[in-house]
Amino acid sequence: MISLAGRDILHSWGKFVFTGVGLGLLIGVTLSMAGIYRGMVDDAQVMLDNTVADLWVVQQDTQGPYAESSSLYDDLYRSLLNMPGVEYAANVTYLIMQVGHGEQDVSAMVVGVTAGTPGTPGQPQYLVAGRHITRSHYEVVADISSGFKLGERIRIRRNFYTVVGLSKRTVSYNGDPMVFIPLKDAQEAQFLKDNDALVQQRRRNAENPDFNRPGIPDLIAVVNASQSTNTYVNAILVKLKPGTLPEDAAEPIRRWMRLQVYTRIQMESILIDKVIDKSARQIALFLVILSIVSAAIVAFIIYTLTLGKIREIAVLKLIGTKNRTIAGMIMQQSLALGVIGFVVGKITATFWVPIFPKYVLLEPLDSVAGFFAVLAICALASLVAIRMALKVDPAEAIGG
Amino acid sequence: MSGKGIHIEGLKKRYGEGDTAVHALKGVDMQVAPGEVVGLIGPSGSGKSTLLKCLGAVIDPTAGRMVLGDEVIFDNDWKVHDLQALRRDKIGFVFQAPYLIPFLDVTDNVALLPMLAGIPNSKARAKALELLTALDIQHRARAMPSQLSGGEQQRVAIARGLVNRPPVILADEPTAPLDSERAMAVIRILNDMARQFETAIIVVTHDEKIIPTFKRIYHIRDGVAHEETGEGRGFE
Repeated sequence: MISLAGRDILHSWGKFVFTGVGLGLLIGVTLSMAGIYRGMVDDAQVMLDNTVADLWVVQQDTQGPYAESSSLYDDLYRSLLNMPGVEYAANVTYLIMQVGHGEQDVSAMVVGVTAGTPGTPGQPQYLVAGRHITRSHYEVVADISSGFKLGERIRIRRNFYTVVGLSKRTVSYNGDPMVFIPLKDAQEAQFLKDNDALVQQRRRNAENPDFNRPGIPDLIAVVNASQSTNTYVNAILVKLKPGTLPEDAAEPIRRWMRLQVYTRIQMESILIDKVIDKSARQIALFLVILSIVSAAIVAFIIYTLTLGKIREIAVLKLIGTKNRTIAGMIMQQSLALGVIGFVVGKITATFWVPIFPKYVLLEPLDSVAGFFAVLAICALASLVAIRMALKVDPAEAIGG
Repeated sequence: MSGKGIHIEGLKKRYGEGDTAVHALKGVDMQVAPGEVVGLIGPSGSGKSTLLKCLGAVIDPTAGRMVLGDEVIFDNDWKVHDLQALRRDKIGFVFQAPYLIPFLDVTDNVALLPMLAGIPNSKARAKALELLTALDIQHRARAMPSQLSGGEQQRVAIARGLVNRPPVILADEPTAPLDSERAMAVIRILNDMARQFETAIIVVTHDEKIIPTFKRIYHIRDGVAHEETGEGRGFE
């Protein structure tokens, strides 16, 4: 038996191809949306991977440092080094900031890391150019997606920094490039006030009788000094000794140091289930809407194509064509349209993904799932046209 | 193929029920022998199309008896379960317009019926080519319907109606869209094919030009068929 659907497609291939291209662009958008979600998850995982930490030690009763703010004293890491199973502990700060680059600002996650300790948790693990931070001040290692060049001077708050190294795929969970600076600079940048604010703060301190006591003239100077220094970090990243189970090391820290400790799995859960959850659901809803729109478009196209063949269908039925042959023809055409659309969509998505400002990850398995989803949608969408075709009265082919 | 053509007794068709019922056919008797071409004429609304639809197993008669070849297909109820197969295998149709499938070439338009009946493509195409040759249109075998003239399309439609060698062909105003010369050519072909394949052919027509060619005519008036002897020129 010849393929009636195939012959019809070959006969009016232009109509099918152009319709398929239109549908394909829609499928391309749908695949890209799925890719954006995957990219967000991958960004979060890459951020965690890049820390090479086994444990995240944060302020008690917080879900820091990514989902909530967290403050720890910067000398706590020394105590952690003495806890069982801990091989290394490193202070880290995370600041979402606008980094000045020439006349432009670049949205970045500024990470404060201990200078001169490459390879430890929190540091960029691999550089694509330059060197790691060796000085305690005014050096930067930046992700290549920031657009910074080696040797360039960038501005963070009031201070200028020199780019000494470039890393790759070191991004925050929302895709911003990471900019690594010395920890001391990061601590300072976190609460750095402008001169006017400092003057105001000192005036207020001087007017406060608790700070400016006549009998203790040095107290005001101490208070002023304490308010202009920052001894806090957001988290301490812990690397465990080989063979140590994360939970075994985390439990004594929770119990004895009264700190919140998260393992890699828990931190990933916080990021994906809480931090990017709303964005993910937004994208999921958008995917559902796009799928419905695609289904409606395919249904409309197939319905219209079938409507144009009512007389032929009546003739086919009159001369004894089985209903399932006619239904098969319509469904095959719908599926063919889906296949053309998917191929076009996949190709266009592959081409336009690199120009997206955020990382878009097109997973092969998502494409496979997408392909079957497209086929299912097309099969479903053809039901309306099939129903109409099966209702066609063969008597319509006979006059009168 | 049968030697008995089609035989109809007391065929009735009623639309609706009760006071609003319309009796479109009030007991039609008709007999068409193999190889015979009869005309079916009558004014609009007389029941021609209803009769054709009943004969074509497209609508259900209300009562009566229909015998196709040796097989009783209707006796106050359908005696065959698969009406689609009945139409495909036992009844050929030729329409007012050719209604060829636009995306199939001439050969496949004709070969489609045997293919639907499960005959292998190559064999079905061979049957189609044989008929196209008999209708002298084999040179257009690979053409698409849109590339054919009206007369050529109608010949292809006739070939399609004949390809499964049905005992009866129902032709619904097959010459309506054609000029006199082509209309006569189509009737000539139908006569030739009827004789060659021993097929009973019923031609519904309004065409005054071709009515004189029928040896026998059934004139339908108010749902009843009256047999009349035609001028009988035929195409001997």
